Amino acid sequence: MLTTEQQDGTTVLRLTGSWTVQHLTDIEKSLQAVPLNGCHTLHVDCTALTHADLSAMWLLRSALHRCEQSGTVVSFINGEPEHFAFLNDLQQRTPSALVTHEAELLWPEQVAATLGRHAVKLGQHALGHLDHFGRIIHCHLHSLRHPKHLRVPSVVRHAYEAGIQALPIVAMIAFFVAVIIAYIGASQLRDFGAGIYTVDLITVGVLRELGVLLTAVIVAGRSGSAFAAEIGVMQLNDEVDALKSIGIDPIEVLVVPRVLGLIIALPLLTIVADAMGMAGGALLSNWLLDISIPQFIARVQDALAPTTFWAGLIKAPVFAVLIGMIGTYRGMQVRGSSRELGRLTTAAVVESIFMVIFANAIFAVIFVELDF
Amino acid sequence: MQPAQPVVSVRNIVTRFGEQLIHDDVSFDIAAGEVLGIVGSSGSGKSVLLRTILGLQKPSAGQVLIEGMDITSMSERQLMGVKHRYGVTFQHGALFSSLTVAENIQLPLREYLSLSQATLDELTALRLDMVGLPLSAASKFPSQLSGGMIKRAALARALALDPQLLFLDEPTSGLDPISAAEFDQLVRYLQTNLRLTVVMITHDLDSLLTTCDRVAVLVDRKVKVDTLAGIMNNPHPWIHEYFHGPRARGMTQMLAAGVQHGT
Repeated sequence: MLTTEQQDGTTVLRLTGSWTVQHLTDIEKSLQAVPLNGCHTLHVDCTALTHADLSAMWLLRSALHRCEQSGTVVSFINGEPEHFAFLNDLQQRTPSALVTHEAELLWPEQVAATLGRHAVKLGQHALGHLDHFGRIIHCHLHSLRHPKHLRVPSVVRHAYEAGIQALPIVAMIAFFVAVIIAYIGASQLRDFGAGIYTVDLITVGVLRELGVLLTAVIVAGRSGSAFAAEIGVMQLNDEVDALKSIGIDPIEVLVVPRVLGLIIALPLLTIVADAMGMAGGALLSNWLLDISIPQFIARVQDALAPTTFWAGLIKAPVFAVLIGMIGTYRGMQVRGSSRELGRLTTAAVVESIFMVIFANAIFAVIFVELDF
Repeated sequence: MQPAQPVVSVRNIVTRFGEQLIHDDVSFDIAAGEVLGIVGSSGSGKSVLLRTILGLQKPSAGQVLIEGMDITSMSERQLMGVKHRYGVTFQHGALFSSLTVAENIQLPLREYLSLSQATLDELTALRLDMVGLPLSAASKFPSQLSGGMIKRAALARALALDPQLLFLDEPTSGLDPISAAEFDQLVRYLQTNLRLTVVMITHDLDSLLTTCDRVAVLVDRKVKVDTLAGIMNNPHPWIHEYFHGPRARGMTQMLAAGVQHGT
C-alpha cells in the first residue's frame, strides 16, 4: 500500500497497488504510519499506483493536509493523482468539509441537562395524554348525541375483528387457565377433605376475576397493538392529514369506532370466557374429584352470590375503554419513522395491559368496600 | 479501437406476471460513461425493468449482464459481490428512517469494511460535499429533511462505495423545477468528473434533455433505444405524443434552437 523512505532530510511516500474502497481498511492503517511531525519535506510518489478511487484519494488528501498544517512541505513527484482535481474543485464549491464535534459538557452539567430534558418531555407527554383523552370523550358524546356521526359499519367491523375473531383464542385460554386453577385447588383442598370447595374457588375466581382479566389481556395484545399499528401507518402515509383536510375528524372515524367496537366485543368475549372457564372447571372436578356434572352445577348455585357474575362483567367495558384509548392514542402519536411505529405499538400493548391490571386492583378495593 | 464492453447488457428479457406480459423480448446495451434515460407510460414496467437489472427480481426469460457477468444465473452469494459495484437511489429515497443521514451513508461502508469512526466521518463528509448537503444534515433523521435533501442524501448513500454504475429511479420526481434542475446538474457534474455510467428512470423532460445521452422508451412491451434527437423523430404515436404533446412543446423548441445539454 505505502512505503516510506528517508532520503537526506526528506521523506518519500510511495503509493503502490490499488487504492480503492475495497482496500480502505488497509489504506486507513497505512496512512496512520505517515509521519506527521519530524520531517520538513514530504515527497509523494503515485507513479506505481494501479487503481485509485475517490474515497481512498480523499483519505490520502486529508492525511497530507494534516501534514501541511503541522508545518511539513508536501510535494508530488510526477504530479497529483487525477482525483485531486475533482476534490479540489469540490472543496472550492463547498468550503465546509471539516468534521467538527459539538462542545462537550462537563458531567454535572450533562446530568442536569438530561434531567431537565426528561422533565420537560414528561410534562409535555402528560398534557398530550390529557388533551387526547378529552378530545376522545368529547367526540364520543358528540357521536352518541348525533347518530349521523356514528359510523355504524365501522363499529361493526371492529366489533367483529376484536370480538368474533378473538373467540377461539379467548375460549382456549380461559378453558386451560380454569383447568390449572381447578387442578391446583383440588390438589391442595383435597388434603383437608375440602375438595368440594374447589367448585367455589372456580366459580368465584373465574366469574369475578379471571374471565374478564384474561380476556382483557388477550384483547390488549391483539387489538391494542392492531389499533396502534393501523393508525400509526396511516399517520406515516399522511392519511390522517388527508382526513383532516377533507374536513373529517380523524378521532370520529378512526378512534370512536374502535373504542365502541371494543366496548361491544369485550363484554361478549368475557361471557364466553366465563362459560369456557366453568366448563374447564367442571371437567377437571369430574375427573379428579369425582364430582358429577349435576353435583357441580348444584354446588355452583350455592357458591354464587347474586353479584358474582356482574362483578366480573361490569369491568369489561371499562377495560375496553382503556385498551381502545391507549391503542389509538399511541397510534396517533406515530411520526416520521418506522422505529417510532414499533416503539409506540409496544408501548400501547404494555401500557394497556398495565392499566387493565391496575384498574382491576382498584375495582377489587371498591368491591370489597361496597361489599359487592 | 475495439468497442468497449457494455457496462450493462440486457438480453431478450421477458417478464410475465401471471397472464400479464410486461416485457416481451427487451434488449439493449448501456455503454461505459453514458447517461441513459428510461421513459415510458405509468405501468409500462420501467421500475420492473430496473429491479430486473438490479437483480432484485428474476425475469421470466432472458439475461442481464453487468460488466459481462450474467446476474440472472448467479448464486445469491455471487450476486452480493456484484451488488456493491453499483449504487441505487429509489423513487422515494428509501433512506432508513431509524438512522441519521450519516448512519445511512455509513451503512454500506460498515457492512463491507472495518474502519475507524474518524475515517467513516471523514468519508461521510466527502459524500455530503459531493451531493451538496451541508454537514449539519449529517445528524438529522430522514423525517427532518425536505424532499430535495432526501434525494441528495439517497444519492450520497448510493455513492458510498464509489460505484462506477449508478441507477436512479425518478430522481427529480416531487421536486420543484429549481431543485430538479440543480439535481440534474449535480448528476451531470458527478457523472463527468467520476466518469460514472448512469441509468435513470424519469418522467422529467428537462432531465432527459439536459442530462441524458441516450433514451430508452418502453412502449408496447418493447424497448426503443436511440439518441434524444433520434427518439424525438420516432413515428410511434405514443413516443410522438410524449415528445410533441402540449407539455413538451417548449422543450422541443429549445432543442431546435440548439440548447442541448445545457451548455
